[in-house]
Amino acid sequence: MAGSGRGAWIPHATLLAGLALVLFPIYVAFVASSLSLGDILAAPMTLAPGPHLFANFREALVSGTLGTSGQGVARMMANSLVMAMLIAIGKIVISLPSAYAVVFFRFPLRRLCFWAIFVTLMLPVEVRIIPTYKVAADLKLIDTHAGLVLPLVASATATLLFRQFFLTIPDELAEAAKLDGAGPWRFFIWIVIPLSRTNIAALFVILFIYGWNQYLWPLLVTDSPGMTTIVIGIRQMIGTGDAQTAWPLVMATALLAILPPVVVMLTMQRWFVAGLIEPEK
Amino acid sequence: MKPVILAATAAAVGFSAIGAASAEPTAVQWWHAMTAANAAVVNQIADDFNAAQSEYKIVPVFKGTYAETMNAGIAAYRAGKGPDILQIFEVGTATMMAARGAVMPVYRLMKEAGEAFDRNAYLPAVTGYYSTADGKMLSLPFNSSTAIVYWNKDLFKKAGLDPDRPPKTWPETFAIAAKLRTAGVPCGFTAAWISWTQLEQFSAWHNLPFASKADGFDGPDARLEFNNPTVVRHIAKLAAAEKDRSFDYGGRTSEPEGKFVSGECGMIQTSSAAYGIFKNGAKFEFGTTELPYYPDVPGAPQNSIIGGASLWVMAGKTPLEYKGVAKFFTFLSQTALQQKLHEVTGYLPITKAAYDATKESGFYAKHPGREIPILQMTAKPPTENSRGLRLGNLVQIRDIIAQDLEAVFAGKEDAQAGLDDAVKRGNALLAQFQAKIQ
Amino acid sequence: MERRVIFSGRLFPILLLTPQLIVTIVFFFWPAAQALRQSVERQDAFGLSTEFVGAANFAGIFADPAYLASVEVSFVFSVAVAVLALMPSLLLAVMADRVVRGANLYKTLLVLPYAIAPAIAGVLWLFLFNPSFGIVGSLLRRVGIDWNYLLDARQALLLVILAAAWKQIGYNFLFFLAGLQAIPKSLIEAAALDGASASRRFWRIVFPLLAPTSFFLLVVNIVYAFFDTFGVIQNVTQGGPGQATQILVYKVWYDGVAGLDLGGSAAQSVILMAIVIALTAIQFRFVERRVHYG
Repeated sequence: MAGSGRGAWIPHATLLAGLALVLFPIYVAFVASSLSLGDILAAPMTLAPGPHLFANFREALVSGTLGTSGQGVARMMANSLVMAMLIAIGKIVISLPSAYAVVFFRFPLRRLCFWAIFVTLMLPVEVRIIPTYKVAADLKLIDTHAGLVLPLVASATATLLFRQFFLTIPDELAEAAKLDGAGPWRFFIWIVIPLSRTNIAALFVILFIYGWNQYLWPLLVTDSPGMTTIVIGIRQMIGTGDAQTAWPLVMATALLAILPPVVVMLTMQRWFVAGLIEPEK
Repeated sequence: MKPVILAATAAAVGFSAIGAASAEPTAVQWWHAMTAANAAVVNQIADDFNAAQSEYKIVPVFKGTYAETMNAGIAAYRAGKGPDILQIFEVGTATMMAARGAVMPVYRLMKEAGEAFDRNAYLPAVTGYYSTADGKMLSLPFNSSTAIVYWNKDLFKKAGLDPDRPPKTWPETFAIAAKLRTAGVPCGFTAAWISWTQLEQFSAWHNLPFASKADGFDGPDARLEFNNPTVVRHIAKLAAAEKDRSFDYGGRTSEPEGKFVSGECGMIQTSSAAYGIFKNGAKFEFGTTELPYYPDVPGAPQNSIIGGASLWVMAGKTPLEYKGVAKFFTFLSQTALQQKLHEVTGYLPITKAAYDATKESGFYAKHPGREIPILQMTAKPPTENSRGLRLGNLVQIRDIIAQDLEAVFAGKEDAQAGLDDAVKRGNALLAQFQAKIQ
Repeated sequence: MERRVIFSGRLFPILLLTPQLIVTIVFFFWPAAQALRQSVERQDAFGLSTEFVGAANFAGIFADPAYLASVEVSFVFSVAVAVLALMPSLLLAVMADRVVRGANLYKTLLVLPYAIAPAIAGVLWLFLFNPSFGIVGSLLRRVGIDWNYLLDARQALLLVILAAAWKQIGYNFLFFLAGLQAIPKSLIEAAALDGASASRRFWRIVFPLLAPTSFFLLVVNIVYAFFDTFGVIQNVTQGGPGQATQILVYKVWYDGVAGLDLGGSAAQSVILMAIVIALTAIQFRFVERRVHYG
């Protein structure tokens, strides 16, 4: 469409304005991470980066959280990474076969199974957190990676998306496979999963972000300081009771904490869009 | 905190590492709600204790805010797990006390573990709060504070006020706040922990009942009584002052402290434990003084009450773990450590010995404002209105009070209606609590 | 929609479903059943005494003005978040669809907030709008706007709506853009030849063709606002001032965790689950239709 001529600047101007608004909070966090606490409290703070950027980031990386969480940022980021990977991979691994079963087979109670999974779609863990904790404790899962991850793996998003995609796989493909004598398992492994690559990648992005950003459940279910995640670590840096918040350090750590999900998002963005949107067509 | 000093005193108190070197130390879980600088203090104490002996290992675990920590401890207890030591804020005290069978009383813990323990070593104002009616101490006070006033001397000067004369009474407070506003200060004064400073402390300080039954000490059938004319008049004055910002509400808990550190407000009423924050953050000179009172209220000023948190020991642990907890509590009660904690954090010294040692060290002579909280809390022998509060569901009651005060300050309700509503809703929660524990 | 080609076998599909079903039953239905049981009981916090109270907890909820207010707040909040997250992203998507150069860069940057944890997003917005030291908050005060979301219910609600919508804009933008790019350009060019103005072309041709995407996003955004914004509320307003920003999910958590009212909180959970099932049914039907006609 109209990419030239008069008025061609309007789209760019609108987009730039939108971009400025959307990125403003992140930019302010960046500026705050380069100032001293006094600069910030002497409101309103400046919008030009200050001289303490490296000092603040170095402190955030080296010692910023040692006092409050007893852990360095690197360790907590590693914990978050493990949790996010396990949740993302776990969800995908259990969702692929269940979507496959629901789409390619007819068996008793199929609808019921589908609904049972589907209902879990929306209810967040915060709402059922106390009974869930009880269950995890009964199963001796407190303070284990299994306890951290399994209750969050129960979700229908992935199953639903795979199901929609599987419905678009041409019948001819399955016919051909059947004629070749391929069983349902081989068809699944050699045809369906490779075809789902894009969707898997897209879901991985969403689920990784979901996993990385968890707060309440990890707080409740882990007891060892060695399992603290970065989101908890940041929350602990913000004075809740009678303690002062070191805002520049908090902002530096927060920027570090959003880096991994952002990197995942950016590197996989191509598949993210394609995988999420194509099954919708 | 200097680890060396603590380690040395620990050795003096009599820990022996002999014979335990080979065995794996017994882990003692300590769940706490301390953030920022205070979290660092907690970790430091644990490290010092662990370095001073090798039989036990204190493992401090952050469990969120005070409310989240309490809930995590309760959820864990229900599931048959949970920490050995749980830090509970003062408003959770009634809930913990009602949970007989779920907690191991501190007096019994110390006796069974054979650790020396004398409740009279602690400041009476502190002990009273955490003891049963017959004087048995159920939890160990850890971080205790009370409400005081801080004022910004630079802003006082700017407004042409004497920087060394803070207000003594409420009428003076409002007058000074108005002068600060006239001089262009954005906010005269503010108050953190709004329910705690403006209703709970206010009632004790004016010798008024916050609730019936000696503020709940005499039984769970206590009901709220803070909608009396003195309190209503006070809240109405705050609401009137909010209009021109000579008083400016800044949030339910510690948020308003930011308004003071930044130089926005000339005065603040908040926890004595905020001292460290202001010391580190403020770019101006400030002083501390006692809470103001209304001179026309008979008996005022009485004494202020305690805030902060104490350490509860959970039931169902092994004797070995209890032994470790007891040793740790002895370690915590050392005079040197308490004195250091008091000086570093602004929390109160909880033992008489630590208070005396601080006095003798000349600390108060150098920092006169730091003795204010203790003097204010121990000014007069407590009456039944000023021992503290022992009310169930107090966490929610505080939120209800804050909600109604917000409506009053925003001009949506008048003070009488707001406080009546808070009493009505709060009493429903008290009745609920009573029904649950009986 | 059903497939024509299917595999036979009964045991195999059940095996495939087993891991998912186990996790769902153990960590969803089992706790849900416990919540159901707790909703008819009254218990002290430590579970030391339990009493059967029938529907008393439910009766208590519906007699509680705070709960009814929370229902209202939830609906206002959800609709506002959905609208505010959808409108700007549609506008931006329409603009991005027109640019030739830089489209990818815009895409990349706009979607950044989606990757940020609600808890951290809450902190960022609090940091901007704090009346004392927030850069926007203090500027608003300076230009004479009485900005104090700690006392002003409308401002508080506005703030959490902005923070919640902000996180969703990039996501919506991507979907709208893909929807726009899927519309055959020939259709629009034909309309242009017929002399239809740009805005007429948009409302007559583009917008109807975008309707399925829009409806899908509307559902997704309402669900997001209803259930996934807990972290934003908790970090920005804690439900206040008064109860102005206390949405249902926050209230369930607050009554259970801060208030230790397990029965009442469980009863609220049960009501929420009913809402979830209703919403799921709506979305399910819609999704089915999409696959049919899409």
